[in-house]
Amino acid sequence: MGGAGSLLHREALREYQELTFLSKQEILLAYKRFSELLPKEQRDNACSRRVPKSRILTLPELRANPFQHRICRVFSTSEEGDDSMSFEDFLDMLSVFSDSATPDIKSHYAFRIFDFDEDGTLSRKDLEKLVNCLTGQGEEVSLSNAEMEQLIQNILEESDIDKDGTINLSEFQHVVSRSPDFVSSFKIVL
Amino acid sequence: MSQPPPFSLHISEDTESDNQELSPDNEGAMHTSFRELIQEQSSLAEAGTELELQERGRGHPAHLAPPDTSASAWLEPGQGEQHPGDSATLRILASMPSRTIGRSRGAIISQYYNRTARLRRRSSRPSLQQLSRTARPSLRQYDLESDPARATLEDKRSLLAKELLSLSPSQRSHMLLSLPLCLAEKRALRRELNEQRSPLGLRPHPTAAPSPCGWCKDYIALGCRHLWYRLLALLPAAQPWHYALKQIGGRFGSSVLSYFLFLKTLLMFNIFSLLILLVFVVALQAAYPPAKANQQPFTGFELLTGAGYFTHSLLYYGYYSNITLNDPSASSLSGSVAPSAPPRLPYNMPLAYLFTVGVSFFATCILLVYSMYHSFGESYRVGSSAGDLAIKVFCAWDFKVLQRRSVKLQCENICTQLKELLAERRSRSCPLSLCQRLGRVAVLLLAWVLSLGTVLGCVVAVHYLLEHMHAVQQEHRALAGSTWQREGILLVLPLTVSLLNTLMPHLYNLLALCERQDSPAVEVYVAICRNLLLKMLVLGLLCYHWLSRIVICSDEECWETCVGQDLYRFMVMDFVFTLLDTIFGELVFRLISEKRLKSKQRPEFDIARNVLELIYGQTLTWLGVLFAPLLPAVQVLKLLLLFYIKKTSLMQNCQAPSKPWQASRMSTVFITLLCFPSFLGAAVFISYIIWSVKPSETCGPFQGLETIYKSVNVWAKLMEKSSPNITWLTWIQQYLVENTFFLFFLSGVLLAMTYCHIQVVRGQRRIICLLKEQIAKEGEDKIFLIQKLHSIYKQKEECA
Repeated sequence: MGGAGSLLHREALREYQELTFLSKQEILLAYKRFSELLPKEQRDNACSRRVPKSRILTLPELRANPFQHRICRVFSTSEEGDDSMSFEDFLDMLSVFSDSATPDIKSHYAFRIFDFDEDGTLSRKDLEKLVNCLTGQGEEVSLSNAEMEQLIQNILEESDIDKDGTINLSEFQHVVSRSPDFVSSFKIVL
Repeated sequence: MSQPPPFSLHISEDTESDNQELSPDNEGAMHTSFRELIQEQSSLAEAGTELELQERGRGHPAHLAPPDTSASAWLEPGQGEQHPGDSATLRILASMPSRTIGRSRGAIISQYYNRTARLRRRSSRPSLQQLSRTARPSLRQYDLESDPARATLEDKRSLLAKELLSLSPSQRSHMLLSLPLCLAEKRALRRELNEQRSPLGLRPHPTAAPSPCGWCKDYIALGCRHLWYRLLALLPAAQPWHYALKQIGGRFGSSVLSYFLFLKTLLMFNIFSLLILLVFVVALQAAYPPAKANQQPFTGFELLTGAGYFTHSLLYYGYYSNITLNDPSASSLSGSVAPSAPPRLPYNMPLAYLFTVGVSFFATCILLVYSMYHSFGESYRVGSSAGDLAIKVFCAWDFKVLQRRSVKLQCENICTQLKELLAERRSRSCPLSLCQRLGRVAVLLLAWVLSLGTVLGCVVAVHYLLEHMHAVQQEHRALAGSTWQREGILLVLPLTVSLLNTLMPHLYNLLALCERQDSPAVEVYVAICRNLLLKMLVLGLLCYHWLSRIVICSDEECWETCVGQDLYRFMVMDFVFTLLDTIFGELVFRLISEKRLKSKQRPEFDIARNVLELIYGQTLTWLGVLFAPLLPAVQVLKLLLLFYIKKTSLMQNCQAPSKPWQASRMSTVFITLLCFPSFLGAAVFISYIIWSVKPSETCGPFQGLETIYKSVNVWAKLMEKSSPNITWLTWIQQYLVENTFFLFFLSGVLLAMTYCHIQVVRGQRRIICLLKEQIAKEGEDKIFLIQKLHSIYKQKEECA
């Protein structure tokens, strides 16, 4: 970690510490893991490089996660839309998933991850895709159509307070704030 | 009546202003959800007008046949006629605040601008007389022209920066941290902040002058936080077992992880008490050993029985002297030593012993209550009983689980749990018949009668065994049997109790299989109840026997040492049996199921049973601290070994639990159980001994006194004699500690606070209901306005 520390500028490190929920050690570890994803010749200025999505998905923390594509999509600031991630995007992701992130931030990003069609609300289609991700797509055990309908209907009844047929951010945050387990399960630690 | 609000509605027909913020927040895109909403509303409105016409025309109720909205619900963009009115309405809908906050940077910045502005303005409201009356009071301050939501991104950023500057530094850094924006955006904001700050220099802020204390406090808070991070970076040992816990969480999820975190918490408690006891009692007594030498040789058997060589060692109460340690002239028996000058810092051992034990209990109590409060605050929510399915779907996925096989298992578990919840909902609508209900009640009653019967049976068995062992012990002492036999007899009682504690939970699990409760949470609670009842009743019986001095070695000099030895034996036996249970329950089970039955079924890690075992072990430690000051050291060693043994067995032999486990709530339950029956019982036991039981005459720090507490009286009298100014000490002792009125007063205050909290929670529940109704009505307003907007556009287009 000492070697990686010298490659990351001290000023930048201080700024990252102030603007994210990560500690200095976590940022340095993230830098190390990020530069390992890059090919050898690009490792010296890892801060300004972008790692393609396929390489990011080889990380053990994201490899088996059913939401891996959505996570890359939400945190990537790539202009081309290819979901590649820079080091800052990577830090953003780790900051949101860290121990000290506030429940507000976590629920905000969880909402964006679950919003599959990116229209700012969770419609029925979003909920269906979410349930399919949770129960594993195409596995032996899955919900039948009638059960899916019943499930989505119940979810909307419980969470859609203004009865417009979709769940917006405030309603989502209200539902999630009632569960004490959300903060501890929405966590990825390197 | 009421004037329309003074604003004009500019609808920008062009899409350019929306395109300034590009991917991934593409605001100009048409989304199907809005289309569906408009279609639903327009079709319902048409059906409504149809119904009206029919009623007016025919005069008899026409059947309402709403068009099938579900068929047209999933319209893809590009399909069907696209009305220009549709697209304009959809564009407006797309930029509604409730929709944009979830996806657009500009909206987030505006929202946080409003939040910081509100923070700054606090609670100052304009007076009602100044504003014109409108139909909608919330629109009085609304000015669409200078609405920050319509500004460009750079303008929004500078507005937000201006607002942030008016906050204190710690509030500002906290606000910056909690902005849900990407790092690049935050850096731009920070740059903007610095730019805006430097021309200002030392100019005072336009807001109300914050007090210097407030700024000091903020700087101190920031400084402390930096210091804490630096400290954490320096001490890698501050996060022990980090990788091991991550491994466990990655494979088994938060539920099994909560057991190991509980173990870690207990370890911290014990290390803390151990440090206090070591520094103030044990180390000093070790520096001034008593005159009596230790006669017995060390054989390995002592580790199991705690007797023999250990009897006259630092481990037990009998070793500690009742004199001032560094005063050579003070001695309870001899008076022939020439009197010398009293030492500068007299260290009175009895007082130190009593106070150290008292302080360690008090500190443990404070820590326990604090962690219970913290844990309860996290896991309890007002009105959280409803909404199971939504919570399950949104919060069920544990992102800590990393391995592919565990992820697959988690998917299967979630699917099963959802199916069970849905089936439960369906069955709720068709309740059981009377026969079935009676049958269920009979089964439950039988199971409870059986479990209570077994508990009582175990307690009675232990009672008779105790008396029998006492009689056997007396015989053996009379016959002067061999040491091995004598010490072996000492182990029979702890062996039996540990055997019962290990076997009965398995019996209760079998009972639970026959009972088949509806919800798995209730199953867990019932299992915990039964196990806890057994353990606490057996411990209560043993405490009663220790107090009435019917102990196995009742004719020894020191009954306290005897009780300490008993507790040591119980702890060691408990550890041995946990080990055996892990080996037979997990390893052998897995081997049998793999080799013989050839199934992939591995045993599950029973979290509740294991945590209750930890609580039982901790209760033994707390009960024994007064009699054996080094018992926390034994417990620390035991917990360390237990961590590694349980972890290895878990990784090799077990699979993740398939039942749903609400980790937060169960952690709260366990901490509460640790506090209430366990710690409170131990504290009551120790208090009773300190206040009412006569210590032994010939050994220990409290020899010859009436009760242990009298040593404080003796000391207070001594203090009064030496320096008559300290009368407040005796005053405190007389009026606060010994007078019962003060305790009643404290309990009264506590009860009053609890009642106030209950009423507050009740009021909050009522407010939540009212607010939910209000939001539903606002939703209806919104749909009405959307519909009207749509019809206006349609008319405009038809006229054009």
